[in-house]
Amino acid sequence: MKEEIIIAGFGGQGVLSMGKILAYSGLMDNKEVTWFPAYGPEQRGGTANVTVILSDEKISSPVLDAYDIVIALNQQSLDKFAPKVKPGGILIYDTNGIHKPPTRTDITIYPIDAISATMEFGNPKAYNMVVMGALIKAMPYELQQEHVELGLAKSLPERYHHMIPMNINAIKKGRSLVNPEN
Amino acid sequence: MKGEVKLMKGNEAVALAAIRYGCDGYFGYPITPQSEVLETLQAEMPWETTGMVVLQAESEVAAINMVYGGAATGKAVMTSSSSPGISLKQEGISYIAAAQLPALILNVMRGGPGLGTIQPSQADYFQATKGGGHGDYHLIVLAPSSVQEMVDFVTLGFDLSFKYLTPTMILADGIVGQMMEKVVLPEQRPRRTDEEVKAQCPWAATGRTGLRKRNVVTSLEMDPARMEVNNHRLQAVYREIEKNEPRWEEKDVDNADYLIVSFGSVARICEKAKEIAEEKGIKVGIFRPITLWPYPIDALEKAAKDKKGVLVVELNAGQMIEDVRLSVHDSLPVKHFGRLGGIIPSPTEIVQALEQKLINPEK
Amino acid sequence: MEIKEIIREENKVYSSPVLLDETDMHYCPGCSHGVVHKLVAEVIHEMGLTETTVGVSPVGCAVFAYNYIDVDWVEAAHGRAPAVATGIKRLWPDNTVFTYQGDGDMAAIGTAESIHAANRGENIVMIFINNAIYGMTGGQMAPTTLLGQKTSTTPYGRRVDLNGHPLEITELMKLLDGTCYVTRQAVHTPAAVRKAKAALKKAFQNSLDKKGTSVVEIVSTCNSGWKMTPEQANNWMVDNMFPKYPLGDLKNE
Repeated sequence: MKEEIIIAGFGGQGVLSMGKILAYSGLMDNKEVTWFPAYGPEQRGGTANVTVILSDEKISSPVLDAYDIVIALNQQSLDKFAPKVKPGGILIYDTNGIHKPPTRTDITIYPIDAISATMEFGNPKAYNMVVMGALIKAMPYELQQEHVELGLAKSLPERYHHMIPMNINAIKKGRSLVNPEN
Repeated sequence: MKGEVKLMKGNEAVALAAIRYGCDGYFGYPITPQSEVLETLQAEMPWETTGMVVLQAESEVAAINMVYGGAATGKAVMTSSSSPGISLKQEGISYIAAAQLPALILNVMRGGPGLGTIQPSQADYFQATKGGGHGDYHLIVLAPSSVQEMVDFVTLGFDLSFKYLTPTMILADGIVGQMMEKVVLPEQRPRRTDEEVKAQCPWAATGRTGLRKRNVVTSLEMDPARMEVNNHRLQAVYREIEKNEPRWEEKDVDNADYLIVSFGSVARICEKAKEIAEEKGIKVGIFRPITLWPYPIDALEKAAKDKKGVLVVELNAGQMIEDVRLSVHDSLPVKHFGRLGGIIPSPTEIVQALEQKLINPEK
Repeated sequence: MEIKEIIREENKVYSSPVLLDETDMHYCPGCSHGVVHKLVAEVIHEMGLTETTVGVSPVGCAVFAYNYIDVDWVEAAHGRAPAVATGIKRLWPDNTVFTYQGDGDMAAIGTAESIHAANRGENIVMIFINNAIYGMTGGQMAPTTLLGQKTSTTPYGRRVDLNGHPLEITELMKLLDGTCYVTRQAVHTPAAVRKAKAALKKAFQNSLDKKGTSVVEIVSTCNSGWKMTPEQANNWMVDNMFPKYPLGDLKNE
């Protein structure tokens, strides 16, 4: 098993921390993991992206030019990374602010309205876990829920641990946004 | 604590590995992309546990001289920085090498020259392996390609440094510094007691315990004849290191038609390129020098034997390729593929370079 | 009375310092370094610090201090002595660590290291030899060179418009919260020598008491660099250096 994933969006959307929680969940699932951010000023606004690789085998390159799963959270990221989904791969994108939706037919595409789904939590910080839920549902490799929860606890500083229940609910909500049967 | 698996950035891992090693002191100055080393150490507060000293200096120049002072007393001390900061440290590094002191220096390379960029680079290869500062000296240079190696090379670097009394540099880059991977940290080793330090380092400037003869740590010698003797003594150590310490890793070298030579994180990208090349029916082996000085000359010469060509892939305009050419002589074509200024090549680009430069070269 | 009867332990009024080597010094006759070396050697010995003291020697004439004073030494790059001393002191907090720096070391190339070590309040002693010139390299302008003073790089005298002002680094040191004792002394008369020694002793005691950084400036002569006889140099120092760099404690906490 190997999942090569990139999460891309605006700085501040929680892209890097979502990647971290994903990587930690993989670690709890006993996988090899690599988390590689495009670092620097991106941390302070602008675009941010992080590559996360989960694998049974030792991971070679942290730098990829094609991905099993692309998660694009704005138009720029969609434009840049949609062409880089491997044929047969998966593209998840947030429909908010998208004026040029993807047109590829050789991949599975899940448009999600993650912003609306986040509203019900009354906390914008739930956003990335809504997206995380969508990813977990869409990803062929089945990440165990208990490992995701362990990953959350491991990657969040203790002062945010009171937010874990909200995050778990947000993940649940995110899962409901994706229906692979359709 | 043993066998504890953690997920962390290379920079954080170095900090924790230093504490676990029983490092006595870290002196540094913030610079992207390596500031997490100092940040992690300050957050861990090792002075409360192992007694390790952590100090944010006023500059890289001061930091390396604090390392020089600490090393002169036989303590296990280190610093870390990134390219522009490492340039500032060169004066102190030259003094440390000249005075034959152990010390560990981490360079998380970023693109240059000048202030350059904060993105990953390998453009300090010449600086690290050919001296860097003034005078005839070498550092032992270790090139990690994973977060685990960042951890392992702290121990290896200190051990080699104390064995040969010469500074060791971990030459990393922004990729391994910023990337998070699974790591196993070593068990906590106790720091040496002051008595143990004095016994292990009878040359150290620790005060004249028992009114012994005074110890002077200096690199100055006004008499050129004696200075030449000092230089020969250094060179003899370097010959010994060249004989004993070359390290490298090979992947599928025996059955390959082409050899890719690459170090650090880039060698990992080359592994992916190798997979893509193999799908196209191109047989590729990978040779990854782990010690950039001493360079694994003999091993590379052997690995390159009977190959159709060598592609050297680096995040620079062609630096390690000189050592590759010195290793393989003119026995086969040696080509270079590099991206500059903080750009990381994709695996596909590397395969294209292999095809264009070696398999179907333009006439 | 026979001479043998005079040479007796009970009649002894002076002996060479235990920690000062018999080695001939390379300093020019008339130079202040020799006297200051003697005082440092005496103070360390008298305070019983021989086994725990580490000196950091500078670049400049005093680079070879390690050849004369019989304690452990580390030779620093130009200006870096306070950083080197910081490394030593932090790792051996029970040792006594002192730097011996010239004006170039303290107030030009090593200004940052000197100010910051003092500002951190490192428990070290900084001995600062201010002779207003670069002696070792052949008499070039120092940061403390006086206005109008001729040096090989100010051959017509130091001018504000060309060379800026003499730097009163010791006054700057006084302002730092990390310093506990900042004093300016000289060694041109027996009385001055006695005061300078007392100042050094106090500085080393402060280090033992972990009170912070002590800075002991010794306004000094460089008769070779100044192109004077030793006596002329002493007089010139009194007439010209002292008005700009007045002797006494600047801070004593």
